[in-house]
Amino acid sequence: MQMIKIRSSEITPEHVYRARRKFMKGIGALAFGSVASAVLTACGGLGQDDLGRFAAMQPETPTEGDAQQPSAGQTADELGDALTSFEAITTYNNFYEFSMNKEAVARLARDFTLSPWTVTVGGLVNNPKTYDIDDLRKRFPQQERIYRLRCVEGWSMVIPWLGFPLGALLREVDPQSGAKYVRFETVMRPQEMPGQRDPYFPWPYVEGLRLDEAMHDLTILSTGLYGKQLLPQNGAPVRLVVPWKYGFKSIKSIVKIDLVAEQPTSLWMASAPHEYGFYANVNPDVPHPRWSQATERRIGELGRRPTLKFNGYEEEVAALYAGMDLRANY
Amino acid sequence: MAWLRANWFLALAHAGAWLPLGVLLWDVARGALSVNPIQDITFRTGKFALLMLMLSLACTPVNTLTGFRPVLPMRKWFGLYAFLYAALHFLVFSVLDFGLDWGLIQREIVEKRYILAGLAALLILIPLAITSTKGWQRRLGKTWKRLHRFVYLAGVLVILHYIWLVKADVREPALWGGALAILLVLRIPRVRMAVSAWRRRASAAKAGPALGSSTGEAK
Repeated sequence: MQMIKIRSSEITPEHVYRARRKFMKGIGALAFGSVASAVLTACGGLGQDDLGRFAAMQPETPTEGDAQQPSAGQTADELGDALTSFEAITTYNNFYEFSMNKEAVARLARDFTLSPWTVTVGGLVNNPKTYDIDDLRKRFPQQERIYRLRCVEGWSMVIPWLGFPLGALLREVDPQSGAKYVRFETVMRPQEMPGQRDPYFPWPYVEGLRLDEAMHDLTILSTGLYGKQLLPQNGAPVRLVVPWKYGFKSIKSIVKIDLVAEQPTSLWMASAPHEYGFYANVNPDVPHPRWSQATERRIGELGRRPTLKFNGYEEEVAALYAGMDLRANY
Repeated sequence: MAWLRANWFLALAHAGAWLPLGVLLWDVARGALSVNPIQDITFRTGKFALLMLMLSLACTPVNTLTGFRPVLPMRKWFGLYAFLYAALHFLVFSVLDFGLDWGLIQREIVEKRYILAGLAALLILIPLAITSTKGWQRRLGKTWKRLHRFVYLAGVLVILHYIWLVKADVREPALWGGALAILLVLRIPRVRMAVSAWRRRASAAKAGPALGSSTGEAK
């Protein structure tokens, strides 16, 4: 197979984005706001109110160290790609529990009950625990993480998540030595989630990670985005985000996390075993049995861009898969 | 007015065939597409092409089943509309989506079997659209009929195109596939003759009692 070449003009040279970061660091709040406006206007779809709201969320002196602050302090990811608009992120959702129509999800999920909500963490752990959602938010300091999200369908977004490393929670429950995988489960609530009444899929939604993937610093449990609490269509009140894997791995509205010895079978693996594997790492060189993964469409842009290996997080995560055949382990 | 009364079905069918394109252009103009507009346009033109092709293939069976003759001239027109929407679908894919980057397009075609199936169907429709005129029909004689039977293959390829591109839930393309199967089965000469014989009997039975009472025959 022919490797896809990223045109050199499309790569932001390191010195340029380093300079860009320095520029961002040094710039005052006022000027920062106007940069944000320009970027958001370029994305389209945001009115003046939204721009005002966005500018209001800028920290006084935005710096890289400010990632702890629960507000959208940056306008781009580390590659210089602009954030996707709040409107797009909250109106274009793959959440089959509500609907297979991405634009219908937000409306159908509007009255979804978010409180009370608990997350039960158990299985092969020494310290099983049930967390109340407010507890979870308070106990683990929320950080902002700007990640690219690449859907297996070939579109992508850049999202400023709020959340905390899953590893912090797992360390607290103390996995036993036999625990090799983590299994996640979405709430089962067919009265509120019309899609779950469709017997075609083996509900509830289940996903899984290898323990080392789960402990990786990039893997977070998210409770918000754009400095606000998550909306139901984005997987409120708490969801997984694994930025180097296809979006369906990032399971939403989690109620149960179990440490287990055997590799869990995800809903997609059960529904179409030849098409969806356990790993689902973003990889332009491993086509999905039905469609190519070489390119993607960034929401807000026309045309296509090349898909990056591990969604651009190769440096951070490639070591997890050293010596593994990524074609066999799709 | 008299023309419309005589040709109401043709007028309705043509208007119906242009309507999806009108609605699509209207939605584009007022920005009512989703945040993934290219995909929207691709999906919609593809769905309309499928619908038009199925309608074209439905004309003959509908005539066989109901004896409604005005559908027959629409067979050609629905076929041409299918080609129109399929051509738009392909243009959106190659120009809007892939910006005529032939390297990328070539890679997609090789890697995605559903694109191969769709492309093959489009390539079949091209000569059929060109030779759809009366002049070509006359010139080609018997060959014309053989050539235009390839539309059945195009139908099968389009269903494969659809089944292969959906994520996991194949119910909708399977329904379209079922409809296509029925339309093709109704063309098998034996089935067709059996159906028209049944229809003649049925209409005779409807007319029967009135005739029967006057002639005194029980049949």
